[in-house]
Amino acid sequence: MPGPPALNLCIMVGARYFGWRGALVSLAGMFMYPTMLILTLAIAYAQFGNQPQIVDALRGMGAVAAGMIGATGIKLLSALKTNPLGVKVCAALAILSFVGIAILQWRLLYVLIVLGGIGYVLAFIKLKDRS
Amino acid sequence: MNETLTLAMLWTDWLSLFKHFASISIASVGGPLVLLPEIHHYLVGQQSWLTDAQFSASVVIAQASPGPNVMFVALMGWNIGLNAGGYGWAAFSAVICMLGILMPSSILIFVTARWVQKHSELRAVRAFKLGLSPVVISMMIAAGWLLATTNTDSLRDWPLWLLAAVAALIVLRTKVHMLLLLAIGGVLGASGFLTAI
Repeated sequence: MPGPPALNLCIMVGARYFGWRGALVSLAGMFMYPTMLILTLAIAYAQFGNQPQIVDALRGMGAVAAGMIGATGIKLLSALKTNPLGVKVCAALAILSFVGIAILQWRLLYVLIVLGGIGYVLAFIKLKDRS
Repeated sequence: MNETLTLAMLWTDWLSLFKHFASISIASVGGPLVLLPEIHHYLVGQQSWLTDAQFSASVVIAQASPGPNVMFVALMGWNIGLNAGGYGWAAFSAVICMLGILMPSSILIFVTARWVQKHSELRAVRAFKLGLSPVVISMMIAAGWLLATTNTDSLRDWPLWLLAAVAALIVLRTKVHMLLLLAIGGVLGASGFLTAI
């Protein structure tokens, strides 16, 4: 499902027990403290963000964050081994998506609709063959 | 790298900003981080509302903080607001961006969660998860790629590339805490190791 996973869980639990009010309240609770903290950091960034040392520190942290996000995706790749689409189809879809988004700068939505759509249809067919 | 932006945002611009986040919200299958390339394309490339440095700082600060990582969207909004005037605009802009990114996907979840859970065995539901996963995983890797390349000028920045690659390897091979890694990156950066060469 689209949306931040933790927040989606919040909405589902909140909604199940207390309806839409529950969903809203649990969202608000999830955001309260992080917002206060991040606001403090954001103000600090506005004050000191232009100092060369801070800029360099943030660039270093940015490189680490980039590595972490990339690694999260790479970790998930192993889940594709058991995907009913088969390794070859998965690899083709994944490589095409990566090249499209990262190198050729295709729009995300089109990639999701076209390549995701192909994946969906193929998975739908494969699932029938099995049952 | 230290360039600053001063923007004159019209109310139609604020509306476009909101609409941008609202329109990509539904595409955040696999979490909001996968939207990074799309957001960068719009905010930094097309509209020039945000500098590359502000873009990646927003992601970094959100990653280094506890709480949902979708907070990077609020920080981007915040920085656009700062570019446009001051703290008042920053708060306004942060709220606009968060509402934009959260409302569509939240409403969708609220409406469909129960149905999807009840019918999780249904072929159409299972095919959705299985069929989209290669693309979604790629989107995540592409987001990391974008972040690694966005704040680096050229080959001159190879130490930053190396650091990103090493960080990825460490995350894949060990269980070192992410905050510790970020802190090490910060110290390396501040001490000038990454730019002196």
